[in-house]
Amino acid sequence: MATADGRETMNTTTRQAWMGVLARATRGELEALVARAGVMPGYSVLKPAETGTIMVEARAGGTGRRFNLGEATLSRCVVRLADGTIGFAYALGTDRVKATLSAVIDAMLQQGANPVLAEGVAELRRRQDDARTLALRKAAATKVDFFTMVRGHD
Amino acid sequence: MYVAVKGGEAAILATHDLVAETRRGDPAVPEIGTEQIREQLGLAVARVMNEGSLADSDLAALALKQAQGDAIEAAFLMRAYRTTLPRLGSSLPVDTSAMTVRRRVSATYKDLPGGQILGPTYDYTHRLFEFDLAGGEGRAPANVTPAEQPLDPRMPRVPDLLGDEGLMEPETPPNGDPKPFDLTRDPVEFPAERDVRLQALARGDEGFLLGLAYSVQRGFGGNHPFAGEIRLGEVAVEIVPEELGFAVDVGDLTLTECQMVNQFKGSKDVAPQFTRGYGLAFGHAERKAMAMSIVDRALKGRELGEAATYPAQQDEFVLYHSDNVEAAGFVEHLKLPHYVDFQGELELLRRLRKELEARIRREQDEASRPTANAKAGD
Repeated sequence: MATADGRETMNTTTRQAWMGVLARATRGELEALVARAGVMPGYSVLKPAETGTIMVEARAGGTGRRFNLGEATLSRCVVRLADGTIGFAYALGTDRVKATLSAVIDAMLQQGANPVLAEGVAELRRRQDDARTLALRKAAATKVDFFTMVRGHD
Repeated sequence: MYVAVKGGEAAILATHDLVAETRRGDPAVPEIGTEQIREQLGLAVARVMNEGSLADSDLAALALKQAQGDAIEAAFLMRAYRTTLPRLGSSLPVDTSAMTVRRRVSATYKDLPGGQILGPTYDYTHRLFEFDLAGGEGRAPANVTPAEQPLDPRMPRVPDLLGDEGLMEPETPPNGDPKPFDLTRDPVEFPAERDVRLQALARGDEGFLLGLAYSVQRGFGGNHPFAGEIRLGEVAVEIVPEELGFAVDVGDLTLTECQMVNQFKGSKDVAPQFTRGYGLAFGHAERKAMAMSIVDRALKGRELGEAATYPAQQDEFVLYHSDNVEAAGFVEHLKLPHYVDFQGELELLRRLRKELEARIRREQDEASRPTANAKAGD
């Protein structure tokens, strides 16, 4: 991905990964992240944070014809940093403050100049992965072990 | 004819205050927070998200609080709020095979790959009151001891397993994988296609669909369903914003999915296969997903060459009556003033009665008047 000055920084997969992490983070987590990474950079708002809906699509039977399951709230924001880097944010929910923060962080991560911020996002990701693993371990505790009762007489 | 009548403003303002006071209940009892509703009444929240057709647990919790727990009133609030929001696009179709599963059971296979995961369910409780829940303070926190090993995140969907053997009706997209119909944008026409039906069922009233599903099972439908699989968990939602051109993960939604397996369909040339019904719902909403899947299968009758003999098989009947916000609106509008209509009926009724009375009186008069012949016979 090229920033305004033409530096190749991150590939799309890496960016997709952090955008997913930011979307799942709480506003409090993002505020703590920015505070830890130092000063919030100056930015201009290209598209002010707004809340709307997306139609959630699914497939019949999981694999078949597409259908509209229903809508979900989504907030988004687009910002530009002083060097021209553009940051985007999209997350389920109605938190527009989080969307703005998240867009700024997306732009800063693209600049790739703030290792503390990158490390903070990696930590958020670990926290989210740990939560998912814990949920899967709790679910695993409810897994049925079948056993067969020996019946009849030999 | 409508006649405008003014009045009642003061009464209406006062009823707003009174309903707010009534909703609050005894002020000596602490007020409930929407976070408490979201976290502790999650199944009610799921119902409001489904029937309000808007996945947002915070808004659904607020709707429940504002509606004093009335699920349909709460769904109405969700629908009304939705209309104030811009539509920012559609998601990619969610992939339920990639779900972070918290519950997954099959009534058709005991030993299925991935296993039977009971998850959080009331199915195996005794339905006896836990009176200590009423006690409030001083209870030990409820915690499950996690297993050492997490579940394998890849958990195949049961119909996909049977599908591998060719025993299951395949679910494949039609040519070109068309964009689905959206009944919030365009008027529904009949016969309705599967995408229209599934959208309508997904936002349909749980009670209505439950009753229809039950009718199918009791013989008003002729299906014999098996719960092939029910799964609950979190699924990532992705959108492709135009300005970026690549998929962005916008977070997880909790979904409940039900794959209902039904008896065979085949023909002289096609080997018999199990047929399928599908249910999908926001949040943990198992009864809804199951009922939806049974009704979906019943409505597929036309495609499978079955006669639409029973209500659950008739798309027009099901789709026109499953939306509880519309149904409640039409039934409950009866309590609004119909003074003029009723006055008209009242006058008509009085006239009919007057005419009848007049005719009876006339006939009685004629009967009591002595006739010429009677006179002659005296």
